[in-house]
Amino acid sequence: MFRNQYDTDVTTWSPTGRLFQVEYAMEAVKQGSAAIGLRSRSHVVLACVNKAQSELSSHQRKIFKVDDHIGVAIAGLTADGRVLSRYMRSESINHSFTYESPLPVGRLVVHLADKAQVCTQRSWKRPYGVGLLVGGLDESGAHLYYNCPSGNYFEYQAFAIGSRSQAAKTYLERRFESFGDSSREDLIKDAILAVRETLQGETLKSSLCTVAILGVDEPFHFLDQEAIQKVIDTFEKVPEEEEGEDEAEAGAAQPAEQGGAGAGDVAPMEM
Amino acid sequence: MTFTIQIENGTEVRNAEADSQRTLYPYVTGTSVVAIKYKDGVLMASDMGGSYGSTLRYKNIERMKAIGKHSLLGASGEISDFQEILRYLDELTLNDNMWDDGNSLGPKEVHNYLTRVMYNRRNKFNPLWNTLVLGGVKNGEKYLGMVSMIGVSFEDNHVATGFGNHLARPILRDEWREDLGFEEGVKLLEKCMRVLLYRDRSAINKLQIAKMTEEGVTVSEPYSLKTFWEFKAFTNPTVGAEGSW
Repeated sequence: MFRNQYDTDVTTWSPTGRLFQVEYAMEAVKQGSAAIGLRSRSHVVLACVNKAQSELSSHQRKIFKVDDHIGVAIAGLTADGRVLSRYMRSESINHSFTYESPLPVGRLVVHLADKAQVCTQRSWKRPYGVGLLVGGLDESGAHLYYNCPSGNYFEYQAFAIGSRSQAAKTYLERRFESFGDSSREDLIKDAILAVRETLQGETLKSSLCTVAILGVDEPFHFLDQEAIQKVIDTFEKVPEEEEGEDEAEAGAAQPAEQGGAGAGDVAPMEM
Repeated sequence: MTFTIQIENGTEVRNAEADSQRTLYPYVTGTSVVAIKYKDGVLMASDMGGSYGSTLRYKNIERMKAIGKHSLLGASGEISDFQEILRYLDELTLNDNMWDDGNSLGPKEVHNYLTRVMYNRRNKFNPLWNTLVLGGVKNGEKYLGMVSMIGVSFEDNHVATGFGNHLARPILRDEWREDLGFEEGVKLLEKCMRVLLYRDRSAINKLQIAKMTEEGVTVSEPYSLKTFWEFKAFTNPTVGAEGSW
């Protein structure tokens, strides 16, 4: 990608109207390990892959509680993500203190986006190298947003960011239309299945993923390893078994939902 | 803000200019506001008088104003400070509307915002000399609260300011019920306002009643109460007083 002439400064445009530094920041997001978010009308689930530096170290925390009604999953430069989470917590608690009422997630996301934009227009700053999946509640129900280093934000029914997120996105694209009315349990299951897509054949274990949920009557909290493993067990009987069999299993066990079309149909795609 | 300068012998001299910025005493004041929750929402009553000390100087002051779609603010105390508060709330509701995102400030949020404002001013020794009553209905939930000039803030089923605390609330404690209908509620408030009219020197016989329900907030046209002055106690107020002290 030969675009080196105009990419030194974030405040330098390229002749084709691009800010390369901002785009490079978005590359950093793609290098981070995957984070996935999906929502129904009343709940939002955030899930991520636990990546550790080495076998000796613990994995990095990628999902943060911002308030009882807002959570965020990050991908990219985790340090930048932590700083932004702290900012979000601060905004949220200040609003709660003044108005005795939760900050609507849509407003928080705009504050965040404006903060990111500042870094794209100051020569002495650099853009934040982290993508944020913000899930939260406001008066109209549950929402999921994606905040970009560019200062843009978008609302999603479901989204995945980070490395090998394309596989998860493909899975979600097939299923998202049913998410709105999904039950809480189905939403969690879909999240974990989406995480599995990003693992590219690696066995899905509860130690490999972190899942958090929040909802209209449910404050933000992490699911514990046991609960996650239980969900995994419903669709992965034996690790090496072919997915086709699991699908039949899942279809028989829960006839009412999801048209039996489980994750087994199509092999996960490379990014 | 006040600034002090120390002189050798240790006494302090205050900067006169800075002092003129602080509220020291109220000038044009409104008297009681009384409010109750009822079956469909909240009712609030206040008269339209602005007293200048002991003179009943202004007789057309609206001491209750709608805030946003869901709330109503009633104030007693310094009228100019009430107007200042309305400006703060104007800005607040403007910014809230500009978001245009389906979220709106409800009475709870406005009440807490005002509590913060009043308390912070009190801490700077420059209070807004008001006692505020904030009522409203949002998403079916009725809300009624009060904030004083020193930042004391609470919610209740019925509240009153100033003289209303002493004359109206005992009536309300006896006669208020959760399921008051609209007419019953108005009658109850009028009973309180009548007592205040008889006994509060700064009350005038021109009042408004405001209604807050899920549909919205309305303030009635001004009207006056019927009074009866032929009570024996009024016809000869000093009977029994001779020689009594």
